Amino acid sequence: MTLLHWAILSPFIYALFIPLIHKWFKNLHIGWFVLPLPILLFCYLLSMIPAISAGQTIVETVPWIPLLHINFTVNLDGLSLLFVLLISGIGSLVLLYSIFYLDKKKEKLNLFYFYLLLFMGAMLGVVLTDNLIVLYTFWEITSLSSFLLIGYWNEREKSKSGALKSIIITVFGGLSLLGGIILLYLLTGSFELREIFAYVQQKDIYSHPFFLLSMVCLLLGAFTKSAQFPFHIWLPDAMEAPTPVSAYLHSATMVKAGIYLVARLSPIYAASAYWLWIVAAVGMITLLYGSFFAVKQTDLKGILAYSTISQLGLIMSLLGIGAASVHFQLEKDYYTIATAAALFHLVNHATFKGSLFMMVGIVDHETGTRDIRKLGGLMTFMPITFSIAIIGAFSMAGLPPFNGFLSKEMFFTAMINIQEFHLFQFHTWGVLFPILAWIASVFTFVYSMLLVFKVFAGKYKPEQLPAKPHEAPIGMLISPVILVSLVIVIGLFPNILSNSILSPAIAAVYGGIPSYDLHIYHWHGVGIELFMTLGVFGAGIFLAFTFAKWKSIYRLFPYSLNALYDFFINKGKLWSKKLTNGYMVGSIRIYLLYIFTFLVIISGYTLFAKKAINFHSNRLSEVGLYEIVVSLALIGATISILFAKSRLASIILLGAVGYSVSLLFVIFRAPDLALTQLVIETVSVALFLLCFYHLPRNARKKESIGFKMNNAVISVLVGITFSIIAISSYNTKLFASISSYYIENTYKKAAGENMVNVILVDFRGFDTLFEIAVLTIAAIGIYTMIKLRLGGNSSENK
Amino acid sequence: MKTNDLILQTITKIIVFLILLFSVDIFFAGHYTPGGGFIGGLMTSAAIVLLLIAYDIKTVAKLFPVNYIYVAATGLLIALATGFSSIMRHKPFLTHAFNKHARLPLFGETSLHTAALFDLGVYLVVVGVTMTIIQSIGEDK
Repeated sequence: MTLLHWAILSPFIYALFIPLIHKWFKNLHIGWFVLPLPILLFCYLLSMIPAISAGQTIVETVPWIPLLHINFTVNLDGLSLLFVLLISGIGSLVLLYSIFYLDKKKEKLNLFYFYLLLFMGAMLGVVLTDNLIVLYTFWEITSLSSFLLIGYWNEREKSKSGALKSIIITVFGGLSLLGGIILLYLLTGSFELREIFAYVQQKDIYSHPFFLLSMVCLLLGAFTKSAQFPFHIWLPDAMEAPTPVSAYLHSATMVKAGIYLVARLSPIYAASAYWLWIVAAVGMITLLYGSFFAVKQTDLKGILAYSTISQLGLIMSLLGIGAASVHFQLEKDYYTIATAAALFHLVNHATFKGSLFMMVGIVDHETGTRDIRKLGGLMTFMPITFSIAIIGAFSMAGLPPFNGFLSKEMFFTAMINIQEFHLFQFHTWGVLFPILAWIASVFTFVYSMLLVFKVFAGKYKPEQLPAKPHEAPIGMLISPVILVSLVIVIGLFPNILSNSILSPAIAAVYGGIPSYDLHIYHWHGVGIELFMTLGVFGAGIFLAFTFAKWKSIYRLFPYSLNALYDFFINKGKLWSKKLTNGYMVGSIRIYLLYIFTFLVIISGYTLFAKKAINFHSNRLSEVGLYEIVVSLALIGATISILFAKSRLASIILLGAVGYSVSLLFVIFRAPDLALTQLVIETVSVALFLLCFYHLPRNARKKESIGFKMNNAVISVLVGITFSIIAISSYNTKLFASISSYYIENTYKKAAGENMVNVILVDFRGFDTLFEIAVLTIAAIGIYTMIKLRLGGNSSENK
Repeated sequence: MKTNDLILQTITKIIVFLILLFSVDIFFAGHYTPGGGFIGGLMTSAAIVLLLIAYDIKTVAKLFPVNYIYVAATGLLIALATGFSSIMRHKPFLTHAFNKHARLPLFGETSLHTAALFDLGVYLVVVGVTMTIIQSIGEDK
């Protein structure tokens, strides 16, 4: 375990202490307890910059399940560093902000910070690990924590449905990601990215039948996570989460995990035409779609959600286009500028969008509404918030001298350059890219302006506001002020970032070329980019002023993807309810009938189809007196159950069956089994007696003769099938028994003499671990079902 | 008719200690002779169940004032922690270590295993789970 491993695990370990802190320090806002962690992590990671920008990468491995090639490998290179700095840096600011945003009396802060730490650790894991299975594990934890945080206000119906939507879509993507990872493993024989990169450079995988499939699966994972069209619909609904969460997960970090994945996998797939086209086109459609529909939103967070979708699309399309440069041995930086723009915009987006989210949170907090139609004229009440808003929004719109201007210019350059790419039809269709990019930028400009001026300029409407507006407390302003300062500083001195953080990251996207010299200029000279930018300003200002006149254009889009989603969810619920109600009749007898019939059919069929019946008694051992006596007792007890009049008698007879079986184990010299069976029998008889109270009074109803015959046939069939299986499997030896391995190694490798127990706790300890986990889950399930009977009438159960 | 369980209660008082002692013994013996966390845990639960039958839930709750779900959770955490401890020794998850000739005060030379810690987790989970189930069904009216 190195310090980097501990850095990933630290939020998880920290999270374990939250319940204790919550218990012991009732008056402490838990945020203050959590805040030092991301700050420490940020400082630690900052100290890595010199080494990484000098071209080093840090790789450390800890074996996890080495037999399956699954190791907890961390690999800190430029790309990872960029992301971990974002995660810990924005994380610190968001935490500070949340301390003032969330009231310690009203909110369940222990849960909030627990989920947040869970997310932070998982996100660090996603971007730091080199092993795809580990990446997948952390990836799913981010989905889970996002689900929990969106549904944090779980008394609200909208929060719940938003959370559900996000987890359905992202877990679908996660599953597809897992499929992609497995396919990639079949292609290259490794889960370790470094090994995969090395393999791809030596061998040709492009003609392999799995190549395209694995790419599509992995991209589905990335697109769902990064809210790309048409999977973006979960992101606007995710805005039901508390604003710090929206700022952190749903704009700055988690939704960029998909972008990270695409950037990370570029060295494998970049040379493929499909990759270039799919990533660039999906990104471009998302960019246009998001920016167009952002203008229509009336909820401030809705605008920001669609804006985030569109900016993610922008970064995605840039990454796609950046892949073009692998065809040129990286000599020219003609197409590489796209990747540079992508990563640069990634940082910029985190700064300005983070500050805008916090600004919206302040407005919401101080006025009680986020509805853009009710707000207006807040400029004089909240001057600092207004300044934050104006800087953030101008940067988003691409105005100089802020950082958004620089990356927007680079974006235009990249889009213009791609037309000259003479492969994969880009010289014909590629012309669409700069045009669509320009249109999307105009809409971006429009909604940025609406966001600021609708809220802060215009007429002040006090009668529509739930609370009297005033400036936010200083604590809430610190974080957004730091972010907008970064917007300005990066805008004025972009080259602080370029060679320290961005260049190593770009190098990583291209599979570790030693170094890439990046210089960001404010002034490109008079070129197409300049005219495009000026055009954006002109058209944007015009459209923003005339918005009321052309608003009706949105009526042309009556259908929506959300309706489709709702349709499938509702129909799915309906159909599965019908289906389930069809066979879940609430009677255990019927369920047992299903189970046993199914068992007999499946195993009987398999026995016949595979010609597995091997029924002879040659190898059976001698039957002694003890066996006969015990078996007779067993059979006697079993048959008596059928004729027992009272339930108590049945339970006791059932106990007798169990004890006879344990006697058989004693005879067959299996003391562990015998002991276990004996104690289990005792405990379960006691349990039965307890349940006795709840069972219906009349033990045996008169059943029809047909029903009884049916049961008799099934039970006889079950008995026959299992006797055949038992004897056949004893007679059939397909491969050598594993028991000799255990006999040899139990003492040698585990220093134990009781083989059964050594197998349980050592050789197959993983099994046992999962078993006890399942047991605990079952206990919790029973406990909750009984204690929290949901609105049920308890007399019904008696 | 008033039930009379004087004999059961008197015997239980003595026998519960024997069962508990035996369950602890069987737990520690597990690595070399029949036994282990699973059986030990079940046997402990059996002892508590005997108490439950002889007395009633309130008395037993006074005797063992624990929330059994926490017992199960603690057990699971111990088992998990044992698993992770091997990662810290740079070995794969759940690789056990042992020292066959450890010297302990009082016990003299004995053999120590991390497997026993894992088994302790199993023991606690089994006790916690069975007692949670039995208690919540028993309390339910």
